[in-house]
Amino acid sequence: MAKGILRVKAKVSGGKTKVKLMAKHIMESGQRKDKKTGELIPARFLQELKIMHAGKEVFVANLGTAVSKNPYFAFNFAGGASGDELTMTWIENTGETATETAKVK
Amino acid sequence: MSINRRSVIKAIAASGALVGASVLVPRIAMAAWTQSAFKAEDQETAMQELLGGTAEESAEVTLKAPDIAENGAVVPVTVRSSLANVESMSVFVEHNPTPLVVEFIIPAGTDADVSTRLRMGKTSKVTAVVKAEGKLYSASKEVKVTIGGCGG
Repeated sequence: MAKGILRVKAKVSGGKTKVKLMAKHIMESGQRKDKKTGELIPARFLQELKIMHAGKEVFVANLGTAVSKNPYFAFNFAGGASGDELTMTWIENTGETATETAKVK
Repeated sequence: MSINRRSVIKAIAASGALVGASVLVPRIAMAAWTQSAFKAEDQETAMQELLGGTAEESAEVTLKAPDIAENGAVVPVTVRSSLANVESMSVFVEHNPTPLVVEFIIPAGTDADVSTRLRMGKTSKVTAVVKAEGKLYSASKEVKVTIGGCGG
């Protein structure tokens, strides 16, 4: 597996798991021009992101090109315990995809 | 002889099926990315394509965004809702080339409270639409942008 692009902080507090997540990704919108050639840079962005905890979906995002570079998401879900594993799958518009994992603190 | 042709073929077929299944499962399990909605160039079409209707303003949807975004490339927003059984939350920026920014699917057990950062080309109305029990509710806010985040 390629080196992960997701940076995750997940913490348990008050029966909930709070997740902060950032993906290292350029999120090229396909509307920017190459300054030298004047040609449009092809779009390359994260299209889908899904987080699973204990075999259950806890968060799904369908992204458009207007999500900022290095997309950031914060959300909470009920349950979860320290040491649990989050499984995160992303798909790029180019079809590239990967699954990464992170531990809940 | 215990290893005959038939059992070898069976074993190969079974392992092949397993590999195939493990590759295919994540793709199928992913929620569909609504191409027509993300490509739509006006907000009404995008909303119609994604959610199949128009939303009504509701005080139970909170959209937190800055009044003035100094940098349109990174505009922090938070969408919250006190409604029960929220299914999804979406964010639209009216004057962006493609208004639909992002759609969050909120499974049961996850709070209807999500923060993210978006890009804004210019000053525009930002709208959050929450789908709860099949109905659509929204909240909007005008965000001023001093430096655009699209194109360049």
